Amino acid sequence: MPQGDHIELHQKRHGYRLDHFERKRKREAREVHKRSAMAKKALGIKGKMFAKKRYAEKALMKKTIAMHEESSTRRKVDDKVHEGAVPAYLLDRESTTRAKVLSNTIKQKRKEKAGKWEVPLPKVRPVAEDEMFRVIRTGKRKTKQWKRMVTKATFVGPSFTRKPPKYERFIRPSGLRFTKAHVTHPELKCTFNLEIIGVKKNPNGTMYTSLGVMTKGTIIEVNVSELGLVTPAGKVVWGKYAQVTNNPENDGCINAVLLV
Amino acid sequence: MEVEARAESMNTNTVMCLLTDPEGTPLGSSMYIPQSAGPLQLQELVNKLLNNEEKLPYAFYIEDKELVVQLETYLEKNKVSVEKSLRIIYQPQAIFRIRPVNRCSSTIAGHTEAVLTVAFSPDGRNLASGSGDTTVRLWDLNTQTPLFTCTGHKNWVLCIAWSPDGKTLISGSKAGELLCWDPQTGKQSGNPLTGHKKWITGISWEPVHLKSPCRRFVSSSKDGDARIWDVSLKKCVICLTGHTLAVTCVKWGGDGLIYTSSQDCTIKVWESSQGKLIRELKGHGHWVNSLALSTEYVLRTGAFDHTGKQFSSPEEMKHAALERYNKMRGNAPERLVSGSDDFTMFLWEPNVSKHPKARLTGHQQLVNHVYFSPDGQWIASASFDKSVKLWNGATGKFVAAFRGHVGPVYQISWSADSRLLLSGSKDSTLKVWDIHKQKLKQDLPGHEDEVFAVDWSPDGEKVASGGRDRVLKLWMN
Repeated sequence: MPQGDHIELHQKRHGYRLDHFERKRKREAREVHKRSAMAKKALGIKGKMFAKKRYAEKALMKKTIAMHEESSTRRKVDDKVHEGAVPAYLLDRESTTRAKVLSNTIKQKRKEKAGKWEVPLPKVRPVAEDEMFRVIRTGKRKTKQWKRMVTKATFVGPSFTRKPPKYERFIRPSGLRFTKAHVTHPELKCTFNLEIIGVKKNPNGTMYTSLGVMTKGTIIEVNVSELGLVTPAGKVVWGKYAQVTNNPENDGCINAVLLV
Repeated sequence: MEVEARAESMNTNTVMCLLTDPEGTPLGSSMYIPQSAGPLQLQELVNKLLNNEEKLPYAFYIEDKELVVQLETYLEKNKVSVEKSLRIIYQPQAIFRIRPVNRCSSTIAGHTEAVLTVAFSPDGRNLASGSGDTTVRLWDLNTQTPLFTCTGHKNWVLCIAWSPDGKTLISGSKAGELLCWDPQTGKQSGNPLTGHKKWITGISWEPVHLKSPCRRFVSSSKDGDARIWDVSLKKCVICLTGHTLAVTCVKWGGDGLIYTSSQDCTIKVWESSQGKLIRELKGHGHWVNSLALSTEYVLRTGAFDHTGKQFSSPEEMKHAALERYNKMRGNAPERLVSGSDDFTMFLWEPNVSKHPKARLTGHQQLVNHVYFSPDGQWIASASFDKSVKLWNGATGKFVAAFRGHVGPVYQISWSADSRLLLSGSKDSTLKVWDIHKQKLKQDLPGHEDEVFAVDWSPDGEKVASGGRDRVLKLWMN
């Protein structure tokens, strides 16, 4: 229990000293004199510091006074017609401006079939195989060279179990595995940390897609259920596609932009 | 009585029943009814006891549950004591049936910004929509094409309201001005009605049975005032001030009272001839978003009913509207329900007391829209917790929750026969719910973005919806 509040406790029990407020007033009245004496006396760095502090205080005071003063300038009434009309019952509500443009599911399906999207990053740098994989030498004499290690960020599904090392041709290092991505909604201009559901397409080849390699330009599917997007049929959208916009292996995180 | 005599002859299989109407007035004394009787037999009995010339359909409720089986099976299933008399509530049903909409008949482009509000005229023959592109558009329902484009507003058109006689259209904008339109020509009639300093949140017309032809209407605004305007004088008659924050909804009741709900957590009741404050209804803990009256549908449609009759003179119209209003209201006082940001609703009887009749809890998010069914039997509420809930209109008891939307529900609308409910949501779909089976009847996808406004035409033929995708959709069966 703190012992320092005995004064407050005493005041609470017995009330203030009879001359308490008188003393307080006097102390406050003396304060300015004390301060000016201090300002006169202080030299060198102490004086500088004091002057700076006092200057900041005065500026703040002036600002607050100006804020409370009635403004004499006539301001123009804001009577422009704004975009994004909402009905009267929503006008006073804090609107989370969600410019959700619903992608038509049919359209999305058609695109999925063709395997083509209009994506923010249309072209990607081709990644050669020797950059993507590192050869691992195996065997007692380290003469066999059939094992590969993926040197890029990967997504490994939650149901993945490793094969016995003898049959495991590709190693996906756990340090480069990702389950979440920072996904930016291009219209809302805000970013969410969303779970990755799967890798839809790696532009460098189907093998990388099946391995779950995420390089720049890869299309991934993310879980958007918490954004509350709705389809035209009134169902909550669960998965949506996003394109990776950074080099995850260099940055240690995945940044992506949502395809709407 | 004949029934009793028969009951005595086979007294093994009878049950003592007391038939009452929704307000609790008993119909005759309690009587023995054979247990083999089902809703059909009860319906015949009620028709006979009420001396109805033509047979009317009725639904029967025991302890807020609808009776769909024979009494015998009901008794067995629910283990009801046969010693006490069984209270059976009979509810008259609409004598016409509205077919549920199930297809999109047309998608009309035209607005260049989100459609914020749609409204059918009281006779169901015209349709108007207001949009964020600052125009009001009138649509031809027969050819399903644009009819008139009414330009004149300086900012988003937030509210539109048809006069109950269908002769004038009022629209309110975000800039705070109101414009009158002639739906026959699509021309603006007179100058803009200015006075509100901020945007308009709601418009409500004076009921046609109080005054015909319609002249006065009331509008509410974000600036905390409600104003009564006269269309023929083109000026503000009375300004109702008192709310300390924005007024969110305004309704002109059938007894000449004006109800306003506000973000200052109160509902105020005003008297419409001089603008005096009569009552203040307190209870909500947060903004009050929406109000609904038990007689609202009748007030909106005025003299027009499902038969599609036209009226030649204003007096005739007034007379017909008064008759409809009295028939709908019965002996009970007008009920008011309010939905709020504190996730609850209150049921009030403002004529009787300033204390709420019931508190309707159950929603897990704010209640955006409440609506009484046309016969006043149900309350539907749309909430941001993605559900639509159904409540008993007389007692406020919870009846059912309709789940299925995956986004906040913005607006709801009843069909004229109170058997179907329509909801529009942020998840870009409309859904039609069956009240009788308490299930989803029809899912209507088609919009590409949030649905902001829905309306079911009073003649039941069409549904109009508009949203952020800038098109107006018409749905039919």
